[in-house]
Amino acid sequence: MSAPVLEVTDLVKHFPVQRGLLRRTVAHVKAVDGVSFTVAPGETLCLVGESGCGKSTVARLITRLVEPTGGSIRLGGTDITKLDDAAMVAHRRRVQMVFQDPYASLNPKLRAGDIVAEPLENYEAMGRAEREEAVAAVLKKVGLRAEMMRRFPFEFSGGQRQRLGIARALALRPDLIVADEPVSALDVSVQAQVLNLLVDLQEEFGLSYLFVSHDLGVVEHIGHRIAVMYLGRIVEIGSKDDIVSEPLHPYTKALISAAPIPDPRARREKLVIEGDVPSPLDPPPGCHFHTRCPFAVARCRSEAPALREVRPGWNVACHLVET
Amino acid sequence: MSEAAIAAEEARPGRLKAFGTFARRNPTIVIGAVLLAFMVTLALLAPLITNPPMQASPADRLKPPDFSNFFDPEKRDRFGTDNLGRDIFARTLHGARVSLMVGLSVAILATVIGLAIGLVAGYYRRVDAVVMRLMDGLMSIPSILLAIALVALTRGGLLLLIIAITIPEVPRVVRLVRAVVLAVRERPFVDAAISVGSRSRKIIIRHVLPMTVAPLIVQATYICASAILIEAGLSFLGAGVPPEIATWGNMIAQSRLFFARAPWLIFFPGAALALVVLAVNLLGDGLRDRLDPRLARRM
Repeated sequence: MSAPVLEVTDLVKHFPVQRGLLRRTVAHVKAVDGVSFTVAPGETLCLVGESGCGKSTVARLITRLVEPTGGSIRLGGTDITKLDDAAMVAHRRRVQMVFQDPYASLNPKLRAGDIVAEPLENYEAMGRAEREEAVAAVLKKVGLRAEMMRRFPFEFSGGQRQRLGIARALALRPDLIVADEPVSALDVSVQAQVLNLLVDLQEEFGLSYLFVSHDLGVVEHIGHRIAVMYLGRIVEIGSKDDIVSEPLHPYTKALISAAPIPDPRARREKLVIEGDVPSPLDPPPGCHFHTRCPFAVARCRSEAPALREVRPGWNVACHLVET
Repeated sequence: MSEAAIAAEEARPGRLKAFGTFARRNPTIVIGAVLLAFMVTLALLAPLITNPPMQASPADRLKPPDFSNFFDPEKRDRFGTDNLGRDIFARTLHGARVSLMVGLSVAILATVIGLAIGLVAGYYRRVDAVVMRLMDGLMSIPSILLAIALVALTRGGLLLLIIAITIPEVPRVVRLVRAVVLAVRERPFVDAAISVGSRSRKIIIRHVLPMTVAPLIVQATYICASAILIEAGLSFLGAGVPPEIATWGNMIAQSRLFFARAPWLIFFPGAALALVVLAVNLLGDGLRDRLDPRLARRM
């Protein structure tokens, strides 16, 4: 296997909670609490989990939109957590981001061409005409017409806007695109088009994706591997086919059984979990999931399970899963 | 209406028609702008169309307004004359020059300075607390007291007056700009700009600055109106521009003693003052409604 594009080790992000007149830190939200994974060239790793589990924070940490509290993020061999702002700028072109909200992530006052040209201005020494040509080429790649570069974002539909966001991320030919719920704001029919576009671009340019989603249907369509997060930790990571067909962690089982099957006659064993996600301000001791896990035993309440390889390339953090 | 007239109406050029629509939808902008343009034109033309405002003529003291032969260039009592026999019409028009000059200068100065400080304070959080406390301090200075102090310390003059009025207005602009910057920097397109490698300066200029323009234009009109009023107040108190320059403030001040016998002395500068401030405020209100995105669906 070739060297990974992205190697995340023990990534931690704690957000301080400040109260009172003096803004004293009274607690920390452990949004990301020791997450490790790698993304290989040309691979799509999907990060799934319910809202508040820290998956978006992981995406923003990898693009250094938020500063990590600890751990390392190696991008093509370089640990970007140690870089200062100037050195980080040089590394940003290797990892680009597609945002969740195709409305808010495009400046409404700029023309489409200027939005897509912005990364090129920052990194490529191009003349105006040359840059315009490059923008036209990228727009064509994402299925937009070159003359659309004169339009403003409000003149595009939701799906077209997200294509614009993808064009902006693609303009620098990055190694890795971090996509934070890129289709969850779109209509289902448009979702499929955008997902297919992402797959086509991956084949054409050998892109790697870190694809954050809460929608297992989407993940099944686009993912090669899946990492399931719960309360800031990865509970299971492995190939998509394995996890979807035979999830090992009780949380993954519940997640998969909750996803709708597009066949009204199909039945599958339902595993319904009770209660709400505990507060990340004060996560339960031991395994974070034991408060809702139907199989929890005494050990789960005191000892946090490590993520261990139970099958080749398949890691699960659960005391109850046999190796 | 004859058929020819209807045809002419329909053949009206598109621009004019578009303006008609604009005027019907934004009456306050149009009324304010027209009124203001009228006053500005009169002020600019004042030296050409009026007698010298300081020319005293003791024989013609306290003549009441006489609107007959209004356009006779030699006429000196269109709006009446004051206690020294000076032409009130000429003085009112010349006073407009000072008022508009002060209003415009203060609005531009306060907006530009406030914009620069506000952008820095809003974007670079480290300087924010210090700058904003400083601004709170500046805001607590009453402009009238500041102007009186400055005039007492120096010889006074128009420039000094403009500076004295600008200083306490700057913090209002800073607060407004800072609030806009704080809101804009949380928007995802700023994150997007960071992730495509844009540096802070570029982000401020390209993504943040344009968002402040609309609220700033509105704020600038209010500052302009309040600066005109403050200038009039200062001139009334004798702390404004030197008495050899006619302003509405010192005209009203001088007419105090003769007010009962010659009310026109106070009426014309007072009416002009009210009209200009009204025009500027109408323009500001109209622009606010027009530029506010929540009301923009009427556009």
